[in-house]
Amino acid sequence: MLNQPMNRRNFLAMSGSLVVTFTLPGAASSAPARQAGPVKTVALDEVDGFLAVNADGTMTVYTGKVDLGTGIRTAFTQIAGEELDMPLNRIRIVEGDTLLTPDQGATISSISISRGGMEIRQAAATARAALIGEASKVLGVAPEQLATEDGSVMSRQDGRRVPYEKLIGDRNFSIKVNAKAPVKDPKSYKVVGKPVARVDIPEKMWGEFSFVHDFRLPGMLHARVIRPAAMGAQLLSVDDAAARRIPGFVATVRRNNFLAVVARDEWAAIRAARAVKASWSPWEGLPEKERLWDHVRATPVVRRDVTLNTGAAEEALKSAPRTLQATFDFAINTHGSLGPSCAVAEWKDGNLTCWTASQQTHELRKQVAEMLGIGRDNVRCIFIEGSGCYGRNGNEDAAADAALIAKETGQPVRVQWSREDEHVWEPKGPPTLLDYRAGLDQNGNVVSWLADAYVPEGQKVSRTTLLAADLAGLPKDPAHTGSIHQQLAIPYVFPNIRTVAHRLAETPFRPSWIRTPGRMQNNFGTEAFLDEIAHAVGADPIEFRIRHLKDKRGIEVLERVARLADWQPRTGAQRRSGTVVAGRGTAYIKYELVRTYVAAVADVEVNRRTGEIRVVRFHIAHDCGQIINPDGLKNQIEGNVIHTTSRTLLEEVQFNRSTITSRDWAGYPILRFPDIPEIAIDLIDRPTERPWGAGEPTSGVVPPAISNAVFDAVGVRLRSAPFTREKVLAALRRV
Amino acid sequence: MTQALTFTVNGKTERIETDDPKMPLLYALRNQLGFKSMHFGCGLAQCGACTVHVSGKPVRSCSFPVASAAGEEILTLDGIGNAAKPHPLQLAFIEEQAAQCGYCANGMIMQAKALLDSNRSPSDRDIKRALANNLCRCGTHQRIVRAVKRAAKMMA
Ligand code: FES
Ligand code: FES
Repeated sequence: MLNQPMNRRNFLAMSGSLVVTFTLPGAASSAPARQAGPVKTVALDEVDGFLAVNADGTMTVYTGKVDLGTGIRTAFTQIAGEELDMPLNRIRIVEGDTLLTPDQGATISSISISRGGMEIRQAAATARAALIGEASKVLGVAPEQLATEDGSVMSRQDGRRVPYEKLIGDRNFSIKVNAKAPVKDPKSYKVVGKPVARVDIPEKMWGEFSFVHDFRLPGMLHARVIRPAAMGAQLLSVDDAAARRIPGFVATVRRNNFLAVVARDEWAAIRAARAVKASWSPWEGLPEKERLWDHVRATPVVRRDVTLNTGAAEEALKSAPRTLQATFDFAINTHGSLGPSCAVAEWKDGNLTCWTASQQTHELRKQVAEMLGIGRDNVRCIFIEGSGCYGRNGNEDAAADAALIAKETGQPVRVQWSREDEHVWEPKGPPTLLDYRAGLDQNGNVVSWLADAYVPEGQKVSRTTLLAADLAGLPKDPAHTGSIHQQLAIPYVFPNIRTVAHRLAETPFRPSWIRTPGRMQNNFGTEAFLDEIAHAVGADPIEFRIRHLKDKRGIEVLERVARLADWQPRTGAQRRSGTVVAGRGTAYIKYELVRTYVAAVADVEVNRRTGEIRVVRFHIAHDCGQIINPDGLKNQIEGNVIHTTSRTLLEEVQFNRSTITSRDWAGYPILRFPDIPEIAIDLIDRPTERPWGAGEPTSGVVPPAISNAVFDAVGVRLRSAPFTREKVLAALRRV
Repeated sequence: MTQALTFTVNGKTERIETDDPKMPLLYALRNQLGFKSMHFGCGLAQCGACTVHVSGKPVRSCSFPVASAAGEEILTLDGIGNAAKPHPLQLAFIEEQAAQCGYCANGMIMQAKALLDSNRSPSDRDIKRALANNLCRCGTHQRIVRAVKRAAKMMA
């Protein structure tokens, strides 16, 4: 149903008067989903997929990976600039445009540098070899006698040089990426490994940067979606009489349970949305919040993923003279990007173009095409940076809202989510429940380690169902990622180990990934339980970890964090007296057991009277191989520590049987300035090793380090995150 | 009924029309006057992303009725400085690389400016207290505190 009080011509005529148009690179006001004439290749195996040398002497790098506030735009500039000896200020990055950029996979899992960046590096190395080849002909000098410098190829013999644009400006390389093209020797690096200043920060400080929220099209309308009162409710009736009286009102759009209002300006859309009287069926399909963990435990298991199986762990446990067991849980979290999701969509001649801060424009394109029942080639998704993004939040859903409304109204439409839209309707980091058991022999050796995680099942896909498709009853692929099971398998060497992810048939809320998904929760259980064992056998927790590791780089981060924190060996809770008691704890991670190493020491203060935990300081030793930009890396590590300290101490989505009740920042408190920890970082640079990511790994050590530090301070184990005052006080009462 | 309102933004007289005097100032600045510096974060005066100064005081423009701005002087992030003539806070934020996404930066700088207007050499504690109602989701807090301190030194 499309309620449209005005005809097209009317609202075309009436819109536009207040429109402010911003021009953005790569986002022309009429950007066809299909281009007439030759289209730039987006092939992953073509140099032209990634790189273009422009006639004006600049270079464009095309990447499917996008900058979510992590600084990868700058890092990619460094990687490409280094390999091609191109001044960084002559490089422009085009990100996440399905018409122009290769599909390098979603911007997730801390693989932007290790995958995305390395694909760019290899394309650049191939391009460099080709440019030298061309220059050799032009200059009549053998390739071995040529070097690259400052955007030119130069003869070592006589210093003659020819700029890249003279060799190839505005023309295609038309060559495949050569996986063997020689890359630069790290010893000769000029910009990789240097703390190059972020390319986007100045504009952001002048207030001139265009976020997706600032994007405008001529004739653009504004829409707000009216969400079901209860999450699974059916829309029974709509009365938009009051909304129609609001000046600027254009239309009510309804499709099954998808209900939106469209207006000529944003404030009119907000007022109209508030004025619509919608009646929804009652629905109480959510579990009782107080009994969430019983609900998780009672949810049918559809699959068991054994993530590590060494020896015979169950048998070894049975015959062990001493056993330990513990259960850990981590609450449901919200991404809570500071700026709620926003998108603009335009429907023209059967093609849909959408401007979005999505971390996965290529995936989004498929989903939007499916929802609208059109071909993928008829959809173009163009990334524009949004507010910091830590996983699949509401960006894709806002894009789908805009796409659906744009198609229904035939007008360019901007959808700005409200704070409540974001807090209630973005997909959630699912609840995680973990059981651990261990068997010890007479000498205190671990003879058996068993871990069982209860997490939503999911497929090997990086997507979450679009909310609009769901509400509107339109075609959708119900597959989702579920939860991630890494970090359940452990890096420690014990004779018998069995770790299992029990995949649950359902989970209360649409699940998605949030920074360090699954791995953070699993590492919380793993590293906190390991600490319990170290204490049980009277071992120092850092020494105990080192003793059971074989990996040299892992041992080194632990040794270095011990030095950084001036760690004094300890073999039991300090249980100091006094109201406010200090303690310190450690934790370790080798990300997915195959990449980035992090070790932490957390210093906390626990107030026995109020139950308040203050995280005073985090010490981090970090090895992600070759460092591209040490300052950008530190920025990411700091972000990991603060974000995850917030999740560990405070964050928990509240809900009743019908819907989420954490609707804003008052209902979902996060860490604020007075409570942020100091952060000391020791970066280990290994220029000759592969570069790995840093957007997530540090998060994995934060909850267990805090829990272990609280134990050190007051002798109680916190196994249920968030570590609220009530939980701390209850734990203290039990000892 | 449409009514016209006049105020100054960064020293320049601006006139806007609205049919709702309760419309938040944020929408007038962003959608009618084309400013990009102040951001929508919550619309509830909870996060600070939308902060501008009205007659010398920081306000949450998402919750400040546009009618109350009539006749007032509004100062925005673009108004305190620019690339050609930067404000020390802007310079200090760049020097400290005090942003991840930077969506919060407008509010941080405008709130910090209000602090520095009244306290020329704030301690870390003063800064953290002054920014306690400004949220940053990326976890850039330590850099922001350092940037405000640096700006204070530059202005001393
Ligand atoms: S947007 Fe105004 S305080 Fe959050
Ligand atoms: S830098 Fe992203 S919200 Fe502060």
